[in-house]
Amino acid sequence: MLSFIGRRILIAIPTVLLISVFVFFMQKLLPGDPVLALAGEDRNPEILEFLREKYRLNDPLYVQYFTWIGNALQGDLGISLRTQQPVLTLIGQKLPVTIQLAVMALIIAIVIGVPAGIVSAYRKGTWVDWLANILALSGLSVPNFWLGIMLILLVSVKLGWLPASGYQPFLDDPLQSIRTMLMPAFVLGTGLAATLMRHTRSAMLGVLKSDYVRTARAKGLSETTVVVKHALRNALVPIVTVVTLLFGELLAGAVLTEQIFTIPGFGKLVVDAVFNRDYAVVQGIVLCTAIAFIAMNILADALYRVLNPRMRNS
Amino acid sequence: MSTASHMPAAGLPTARRRSRAWAQLRTNPSAMFGAGLVAFFVVVALLAPVLPIPGPAETDWAAVRKAPSAEHWLGTDEIGRDVLSRMIWGAQASLLAGVVSVAIALGLGIPLGVVAGYRRGWTDAVISRITEALLAAPFLILAIALAAFLGPSLRNAMIAIGLSAMPVFIRLARGQTLLVMTEDYVESAHAIGLTNGAIIWRYVLPNIFPPLLVQATLTIATAIIAEASLSFLGLGQQPPAPSWGSMLNTAKAFLEQAPWMAMWPGIAIFLVVLGFNLLGDGLRDAFDPREN
Amino acid sequence: MSYKRMLALTAALMIGAPFAQAADLRIGLAEDPDVLDPDQSRTFVGRIVYAALCDKLVDITPDLQIIPQLATEWEWSDDGKVLTMKLREGVTFHDGEPFNATAVAANIDRSQNLDESRRKSEVASIASTEVVDDLTIRINLTNADATLIAQLADRAGMMMSPKAAAEAGADFANNLVCSGPFKFKERVQQDRIVLEKFADYWNADQINFDTVTYLPITDGTVRLANLRAGDVDIIERLAATDVTSVRADDNLQLEMAVSLGYQGITVNVNNGDRAQNPLGQDARVRRALSLAIDREALNQVVFEGVMAAGNQPFPPTSPWYSTAHPIPARDVEAAKALLADAGVETVEVELQLSTDPVAQQVGQVIQAMAAEAGFDVKIVAKEFATQLSEQTAGNYEASQIGWSGRVDPDGNIHQFMTCDGGINDSKYCNPAVDELLNAARTSNIVEERKADYDAALAILAEDMPIIYLYHQTWIWALAGKVQGYTPYPDGMIRLEGVSFAE
Repeated sequence: MLSFIGRRILIAIPTVLLISVFVFFMQKLLPGDPVLALAGEDRNPEILEFLREKYRLNDPLYVQYFTWIGNALQGDLGISLRTQQPVLTLIGQKLPVTIQLAVMALIIAIVIGVPAGIVSAYRKGTWVDWLANILALSGLSVPNFWLGIMLILLVSVKLGWLPASGYQPFLDDPLQSIRTMLMPAFVLGTGLAATLMRHTRSAMLGVLKSDYVRTARAKGLSETTVVVKHALRNALVPIVTVVTLLFGELLAGAVLTEQIFTIPGFGKLVVDAVFNRDYAVVQGIVLCTAIAFIAMNILADALYRVLNPRMRNS
Repeated sequence: MSTASHMPAAGLPTARRRSRAWAQLRTNPSAMFGAGLVAFFVVVALLAPVLPIPGPAETDWAAVRKAPSAEHWLGTDEIGRDVLSRMIWGAQASLLAGVVSVAIALGLGIPLGVVAGYRRGWTDAVISRITEALLAAPFLILAIALAAFLGPSLRNAMIAIGLSAMPVFIRLARGQTLLVMTEDYVESAHAIGLTNGAIIWRYVLPNIFPPLLVQATLTIATAIIAEASLSFLGLGQQPPAPSWGSMLNTAKAFLEQAPWMAMWPGIAIFLVVLGFNLLGDGLRDAFDPREN
Repeated sequence: MSYKRMLALTAALMIGAPFAQAADLRIGLAEDPDVLDPDQSRTFVGRIVYAALCDKLVDITPDLQIIPQLATEWEWSDDGKVLTMKLREGVTFHDGEPFNATAVAANIDRSQNLDESRRKSEVASIASTEVVDDLTIRINLTNADATLIAQLADRAGMMMSPKAAAEAGADFANNLVCSGPFKFKERVQQDRIVLEKFADYWNADQINFDTVTYLPITDGTVRLANLRAGDVDIIERLAATDVTSVRADDNLQLEMAVSLGYQGITVNVNNGDRAQNPLGQDARVRRALSLAIDREALNQVVFEGVMAAGNQPFPPTSPWYSTAHPIPARDVEAAKALLADAGVETVEVELQLSTDPVAQQVGQVIQAMAAEAGFDVKIVAKEFATQLSEQTAGNYEASQIGWSGRVDPDGNIHQFMTCDGGINDSKYCNPAVDELLNAARTSNIVEERKADYDAALAILAEDMPIIYLYHQTWIWALAGKVQGYTPYPDGMIRLEGVSFAE
């Protein structure tokens, strides 16, 4: 097991380096100059030139790249040109926010998606299955950002039930924290719930057809016991794997959701940084998400092996 | 994009199986409903120039943000243009964005994937690493950065989305090619001295076609949402030409005063994406032997 | 969990009291401020935060009179080259350091000499400072400079603790130490900036809050929704199109002030090859474009009439506005005649603007109006960062852009219209205009300056390198309980005298 994980990590290293190269050079190709973007109205050429020198934006690109990646390896991701805060500090501030959003969205997705998947697999071909499928596809088809603004309009503006935006650290005030995050988590969770429902359904379908379920039924066990104890337990393997893999989708979804609900997390940080040409921030964030994404993939594979002993030998 | 893990395995390229699949698709009510939705929007988009509607950029200062009425069925927008007309013309932008960006993704992804799967070795290693790296960067962030780099326009948004969607197709084409290559008939083709090009053309491509068709249909759905998202951030279709995403972008400032401006484009995106998803699902059911 | 408890929890989640303390004022900002160091900062929104954090040597009244703040009185020498200021007694910085003439000298030195300083051009006329006594500072200028006192009413006049500044160097932003009514507590980028009351503030009687929290909420609809929900107490830059609904809401108040800046179309007349087109080369074509635009209709359509239509760098309400050139009425026939005179019938113009939806609405209205006079306007939207760099590089024909405005008229015209102006992106150059604008700078006599500006504006109305369209109106929406708020044309939020109703 350890050697499997070790091997996967070794393979991941060139991938991470490649990503760092991509992000770095793609940004440098962006039109507009970070110093000028930051200058806004005050654009004194002398100061702009001084800042370019100071942040070493005049160095050859490859020198800039190696300086950056060298520092990054030592845990220094540079500073935000816009506010002069260290990128690492920013990531530390934003990480709990996006994680809370992701966890709440995942809980919502699991609570909706897994039972729906079980029921529709169990009632395959009936109207229940059909309805669940239509709902799931609707969840996949509705644009998140549109759902977001419609919910703000209805729940915050018209009904005044939940705050329209913002963030309250969970430890400061758990109740308010959950309240502010409820709507965005729901928006983010709907798409995931749909994906999860579809995976649960197909996993359950496979298991329900299997021999041991037939055996369990033959033994005269109640349907609930059969479905929950025997079938679900076996279907959990692919479901857990999918949940781990959904992480990437969660991050991508968080980008727009955070933008709509003005949540100060990773997604908002990275989009604002792209628009402000705040290079160090974009580079730092994309590198971190990519590493996290790869780590989750490795975790998914490892989990799959642990939960599914047959895989270990193959 | 997660749907990629659901791909059917390549099977034998017999015409009989193919026609059975199409027949099954025709009897699948939800797939046909999806096809109907897609067809409806395609027809409307194509008919835009001949329909008796005002021009999409025709302004009327006296009718700014007016609610739906007999004169303007879906109301007017922030500078007095007919929303119905902009919806219809906007359908062109959205559908075009979906189709063209997937075409770009296919056009680049299939050759790269097939070459990687066919040649193996170093070629494969390099292409696979790059694909993995691209897949590890969140799709939308990649598209946003690319669109910002290329400059805001519909064409550039399509390129950005196409490039961001490409890695999925590389991976899929590569995997399917690897599968096909293990088949006996490919080995015998090698044995009788067929050229690589001929083998790819005659055996590999026809076999990887069904899963790619399924994935492409589902990706069109994703691409339409991605275009709307980019336009929503101001990086897509540029004024005064309409697209559903850019209409939503302006509409969000008038949620209270003119909710219809945000409603129609949202519903339209939802319906057309639902159409492609239903159709894609139907195609998968029809072509995937495991589900039957 | 029982059904009842679940229900109770759900109810608590849905209607639980909003998180707010009695004396915490929460302000919704339209953007996230940049670096919090008055010498380095660049954004308008940053200045809003400084209004509570950093006192200046002098301040302005809503009608732009200069009044004492940290300096209690001042006088100019007869040749206008020496400014002597008396300083307020008993003022301390947030770190307990005393405020005195030495501190003023150190602050001016920092503005002039910190490598990263963005204030250099604003205090360029200062040759030296002399500490006369503990509370008297003498500022010697190289030449008479009428604009200096207004600069000292803004970021260049903000006083920071010299000790803390020296220790932090250029890295002051994350722990700024000033002497204003509130001191810096914490900042979470894109989320909030928290300031807490400074107990030893010299004017503490006027301050009624224990903390102020600034929350950047970029989306206008969401900002207003937060105000309605009671999650913030004041929001700035309310969308003009929301004015009607806020006015109709009994729980909210509305405050407005016409800004000191302008919005318009900057034309590339001499900035590289892209100036080589009829619009860039022929002033008649530019005047035709100006005549084709109905400024009042533009204001009505896009802003429901809330902005102030304009045709000069100064708004019609400003004492500096030249009444000899009132806002022209739209005249399509005259515009066509001008084009015919210039020997062109249709003119293709590429208009660059930012991806902001409001900018795009304005652009589309201009496009539709100009089309009737024979202009084929092609809109090219660019991200703001790109728009600025294209404009500086001369890679544009016409650019729809604005200026947030400065207290002294010089700040709204000199750097754009003089040949070597720092942000003269149209590269317009007319020695006669240079002479007039330079003269207006050095005179301390209002009538003389006014005559110079009038003469310069007369030339600019002919040459028209910038087609001025309208002046933004700052709009604030406030919760019903907020009282004592005064709107200022500089768009700042000053908290002296503001309180919550009991």
